[in-house]
Amino acid sequence: MPSSNDWINNPLGVVEEMFVQSNSNPEWEAKVLEYFKGKLKEKQAYSWIPSLNDVPLHYLKPNSLVKFRCLVQDMFDPEFYMGVYETIDPSTKAKVLRFGKYKDVTECGVDLNSRNTVTAERQTFYCVPIPGETLWAKETYARSSQARVVPSTSYIPSRQKRSYEEDDEMDTQPQKQREPHTELHANGDSKRQETEAPSGQTTSPSNASSPLDLNFPLPGERGPACLVKVYEDLDSFKLNDMLEVYGILSVNPLLSVLCEEKDPSASLLDPTESMETPEEQRAHDPPASLVPRLHMLHARPLQHNNPLLPSDRAEDQHAFVSSFMVEMASVRAEFLAYLTHILLGDGLAAEYLLLHLISSVYARRDVLPLGKFTLNLSGCPPNSSFTESLHQVIQELVPCTYRLSMTLHNMNSLRLVPRKDYVANRLVSGALQLARNTSLVLDETRLEQGQLDASGVQNITALGNLISWQKVDYDFNYHQMEFPCNINVFVTSEGRSLLPSDCQVPLQPQVTPPNLEEYLSTVHKAQLTSQINKFRVYLSVAQTLDYSISDEVTKAVEDDFVDMRKDDPQSVSAEDLHRMLVVARLLSLSLGQTSLSREGWMRAKHIDMLRRTRSQPQTTVNGNEP
Amino acid sequence: MSSPTSTPGGRKRNRNDIPATPGSIGSTSPPSQRRRGQDSSNADLPAMPTSPATDIASPTVHDTSLFSSPRRSVLPSEVDMSSPLMYGTPSSRVEGTPRSGARGTPARQRPDLGSVRKAPQVDLHSDADGAVASEPSVGQKLVIWGTDVNVGTCKEKFQRFLQRFIDPTSNEDENAGLDLNEPLYMQKLEEISVVGEPVLNVNCGHVQSFDADLYRQLICYPQEVIPTFDMAVNELFFERFPDSILEHQIQVRPYNALKTRNMRSLNPEDIDQMITISGMVIRTSQLIPEMQEAFFQCQVCAFSTRVEVDRGRIAEPAVCRHCNTTHSLALIHNRSAFSDKQMIKVQESPDDMPAGQTPHTTVVYAHNDLVDKVQPGDRINITDVVPLSLLNPTTGIYRAVPMRENPRQSNVKSVYKTHIDAIHFRKTDEKRLHGLDEEADQKLFTEERVKTLKELAAKPDVYERLSSALAPSIYEHEDIKKGILLQLFGGTRKDFSQTGRGNFRAEVNILLCGDPGTSKSQLLQYVFNLVPRGQYTSGKGSSAVGLTAYVMKDPETKQLVLQTGALVLSDNGICCIDEFDKMSESTRSVLHEVMEQQTLSIAKAGIICQLNARTSVLAAANPVESQWNPKKTTIENIQLPHTLLSRFDLIFLMLDPQDEAYDRRLAHHLVSLYYQSEEQIEEELLDMAVLKDYIAYARTYINPRLNEEASQALIEAYVDMRKIGSGRGMVSAYPRQLESLIRLAEAHAKVRFSDKVETIDVEEAKRLHREALKQSATDPRTGFVDISILTTGMSATARKRKEEVAQALKKMIQSKGKTPAMKYQQLFDDLRGQSEAAITKDMFEEALRALADEDYLTVTGKTVRLL
Repeated sequence: MPSSNDWINNPLGVVEEMFVQSNSNPEWEAKVLEYFKGKLKEKQAYSWIPSLNDVPLHYLKPNSLVKFRCLVQDMFDPEFYMGVYETIDPSTKAKVLRFGKYKDVTECGVDLNSRNTVTAERQTFYCVPIPGETLWAKETYARSSQARVVPSTSYIPSRQKRSYEEDDEMDTQPQKQREPHTELHANGDSKRQETEAPSGQTTSPSNASSPLDLNFPLPGERGPACLVKVYEDLDSFKLNDMLEVYGILSVNPLLSVLCEEKDPSASLLDPTESMETPEEQRAHDPPASLVPRLHMLHARPLQHNNPLLPSDRAEDQHAFVSSFMVEMASVRAEFLAYLTHILLGDGLAAEYLLLHLISSVYARRDVLPLGKFTLNLSGCPPNSSFTESLHQVIQELVPCTYRLSMTLHNMNSLRLVPRKDYVANRLVSGALQLARNTSLVLDETRLEQGQLDASGVQNITALGNLISWQKVDYDFNYHQMEFPCNINVFVTSEGRSLLPSDCQVPLQPQVTPPNLEEYLSTVHKAQLTSQINKFRVYLSVAQTLDYSISDEVTKAVEDDFVDMRKDDPQSVSAEDLHRMLVVARLLSLSLGQTSLSREGWMRAKHIDMLRRTRSQPQTTVNGNEP
Repeated sequence: MSSPTSTPGGRKRNRNDIPATPGSIGSTSPPSQRRRGQDSSNADLPAMPTSPATDIASPTVHDTSLFSSPRRSVLPSEVDMSSPLMYGTPSSRVEGTPRSGARGTPARQRPDLGSVRKAPQVDLHSDADGAVASEPSVGQKLVIWGTDVNVGTCKEKFQRFLQRFIDPTSNEDENAGLDLNEPLYMQKLEEISVVGEPVLNVNCGHVQSFDADLYRQLICYPQEVIPTFDMAVNELFFERFPDSILEHQIQVRPYNALKTRNMRSLNPEDIDQMITISGMVIRTSQLIPEMQEAFFQCQVCAFSTRVEVDRGRIAEPAVCRHCNTTHSLALIHNRSAFSDKQMIKVQESPDDMPAGQTPHTTVVYAHNDLVDKVQPGDRINITDVVPLSLLNPTTGIYRAVPMRENPRQSNVKSVYKTHIDAIHFRKTDEKRLHGLDEEADQKLFTEERVKTLKELAAKPDVYERLSSALAPSIYEHEDIKKGILLQLFGGTRKDFSQTGRGNFRAEVNILLCGDPGTSKSQLLQYVFNLVPRGQYTSGKGSSAVGLTAYVMKDPETKQLVLQTGALVLSDNGICCIDEFDKMSESTRSVLHEVMEQQTLSIAKAGIICQLNARTSVLAAANPVESQWNPKKTTIENIQLPHTLLSRFDLIFLMLDPQDEAYDRRLAHHLVSLYYQSEEQIEEELLDMAVLKDYIAYARTYINPRLNEEASQALIEAYVDMRKIGSGRGMVSAYPRQLESLIRLAEAHAKVRFSDKVETIDVEEAKRLHREALKQSATDPRTGFVDISILTTGMSATARKRKEEVAQALKKMIQSKGKTPAMKYQQLFDDLRGQSEAAITKDMFEEALRALADEDYLTVTGKTVRLL
């Protein structure tokens, strides 16, 4: 692709050309956007651009076009920059107009008093890789990329080159999930391992030599964080949005030097220096080598993070979905069988797990989120790695997931809710800052008796709010701010969970393998990759389908409800109807049916009844509302 | 304009006008001061061209005048030098003239007007072509360079404004005690002369209504216009009160600029304009002494010189002008001039933020006496803040290793740093905590919005419409929704403090109780999301301290800080308390005061105070037995003290109605939730915004009063309520119920946007009150509504029964003859055998207790002794 090299390798040159041609007509900005959008529309153009997610930063050419799949973790204040400015050549006194857009640093000899200076506004987003992204998703993305990145000659990929600090971390960090064939990939990632300072304990801010906290929501994450400079449509972006950002990479070492060079004594005299605390400096202007800057040219909001589904265009996706629809029912049967094996032969629990995995909040009525389906799988064997193994299975199926082990220590010490740090002026992330449709597995089997302290109570409350209202109240110190979310919560517990849930299924194992782990891994290994891939596609497709209920079925459901109430008003409440409607919805979608049929409704009623008879002895006691 | 001394702002016309060029400045102080005035021209203004005070002030006079400044007790000869730069305020001009009352008053510099802006102006000035300024001879036509402001006219206008402006409708508390029919600002000037605080706050709204053009100039060119105002005010002031002594000259602080900006909508065009933004203080810095003028002394010949700060930097003179020694000048800190400065970080208030984004922050600099006026956590209308100054991007000049060919040049980070210089702060918090009867946040409505709201209000079924728009996802419970709607509007606040009763509660309190799973929590969540100042707590998780307030010691400053809890925070809002029954006894007890007196008294760690907590309480309680027992009274079901229950205006039961038609409608409603399209949902979301505005508008602007008929109707209703019970020998209504009725009627009038409470309002209040009573105060034994269930915790019949049992027991014991002691169990069995009605153990125990109270017997362990 020789023709495309220019716009990928030297996008600033393209911009420059347009700027010069425009003759300071402000239209050039729109033209630039148009041009890049057009280029990106071309077939496969997306895949030619190297991605920050899978190419180590030092392999990438500065000022080239790169893409970054990320989550907007924090939004900084808007900043004013020199959109257009004039430089004077000191020898010839010639004045040249230049543009400051898509750049961090100006050229030499800026004429600060020129009348041609145009001040413009841009905003910086702090973006992190999508939290909890599973290995298979990462790899599939990496494989689909066709960008040929030539390592720069100066780089010798040897471990000796690494600083001792990184090495230390390499050794101490348990890296279970790394498999041999991902060695190279993981190596690249671990280059930037100075990631999350152990959450819960605040690193002393004065300690300037402490490793930079990259503020990832989940502990143990790695990957590059990025400061994305956004120029257009500032209002269309929201916190926690999943984006694929296309932009110009800027790792100008000047940026770091500019920060470090500051003379501390000057701060008294220069009012601008005293504006920022050192912590704020570190948070907002981290060294470009660690946190590269990305000047956004185009951003694609991601509806899902499944690399197996076409994400480019709506029509593509449509075609893909409709072609997959015919397969839905058969894939579902296979998938159900697989889940049944995993859940020790419990078919009902497997059915519910399947429904849970395809649930998603599709609308909100005032405060009520619709479509959420929190599942509580009770009766899980305690003190075993059952949940862990279950999570590993889920990891293989969904693009993003995270397992939160609800130990007393974790509950008391983890920071689940993001909190605004006013000293550093940034949003300190928490484990509940997750992208949409992330699967969150809460392992309550790990919870033992003991005292919850204040933060523990807050954490439990936050989890309860998340489950009941699908929202997280971010802590802004002086007030809280509510951020709606869409997280699939799956609770495994021994008895009934202390957290509220939409639906509780007691596990009734049909087989009792002597060695649980071995059993699960053999079940897991028995699946072919192609089959697993089908499951992955199946889950994502089912999640995105539309759904409707015809008037006729509505009527039937109403009648049914009235009848049920007639027999025994205590047996069915409005809440039960809510749940059954969700079950009916998910059940239909899981079969690839986009409208509720009478049979679908009966089936939903049937499995709900099965479930209820199973959990009957357990539910009567704690009848209080969540 | 003959005198350069009097016209420090000579830059506005032409540099060449000024005879004394900087190069010619010698060692005498007055000219150097002149030079300063001229160079630092940004803060300066040209003197009024027509000013008669054009004679050159003699240096000596000048010096002494400055010496009188209490702030600077330095040697007299230096004083004038150390005095901050002046911008042609009267002291520099007026002295020596007959009306030299200002003689003793030094000018005080105004760093808030942005000394940093100096450079660009000087530079602009160097573009010689920018000579918009005319020749001095043009006189009145003279305008400040780059603007259309003519100093003379501007000053005249402002003086006219001060002298004439009358605002008879003013209701600001700042103007309390002023005669509204006299010129407002002249009274304020008088106040200044008495109090001696040389700050004049000017409401921009007043300026606008008086002279729109002046207002426009003020907004667009604050840096030029405000000093002109200062000048005008001082002239006026010292003309009027020639003998008054002020610390420094009066400074004008405009506030309430209508060009209020949301922090989010600040953009490059706002730079150097006057704006008002509101937000919350999140951090304040230490006090920063900012050097205004550096004092250098030559080590060789002791020659001293001063250098003014320029763009935040001081250029150290390399050569001593006196002895021509190079690098001999040293900075003398003690003799340099500093001003106070403080950095304040302000964050967007959560109310005006788009959903899903994080709040923005802005840096504000407070100068001089505005320093330490605000604390972190304060909600302020950082009213009137001048320019969003653009600082020069010299911040990060990169000097060392050059990336470019020419090492002498520099790369610059292309980002500007912006800040706001505060002229005036206005706390919005303060009023809430200590204020009288003022809705602190006056939400601004556009005219269109008001029109749509009024149209809506004019509809006959507005009440039903609104109540159905409330929490549409929750089905039915129409009366409960209506009750909550009335709660959202609230009654009219009345002040009876003069008659000793204090404030009357205007807030309506509602308790919802009922079966679990009847979407009580959801209703609470909805209300919490609807009202701007709502708080949501759960009884389980809150402590008394969390609800009220607690005193905390700031670890850094060792200062005691009052941290307010949910109830105080929801002042003027609604406090939603879920799981009310699970609250601990001590926590609930704090609610007693809040729910009737609407205040919170705190006596902790040496802080004794009373905070306002004019909050409506919306509580939800579950029955003790998890299922509502229809055979028991409300009190028995939820086990709450009746003292607390009687403070709720309305108590609703949310029960499963268990009838077929209801079930059908419910099913339909729920099913429709699950297939309605996005657009339909959108429509209803819109409704929520309208509802919000409607409520806010009604709460702010509508204050209904009872009319004659309505009061008659209320009296009748009350008498009727009393009558119902009197037949059966029980009290069925207390004055508290009458108050509730009044509040509800007022709230209903507010819903109609009516200033009068009419009979229909009373009717609805009666109906709703009756409905609620019917649900919650029906005696399950008799089927009658019995208010005493709620007021005393026991129905009249129950009380009667208790007495009967006690009497029967007494009789039985007496019939047994003289036995000093009896077995407890046996007595119980005997009584049960004797009585026709079933007697429970509880009843038996109660009877025993009643007899013990009569001193008839005592119960010790398992035996009963007669006395």
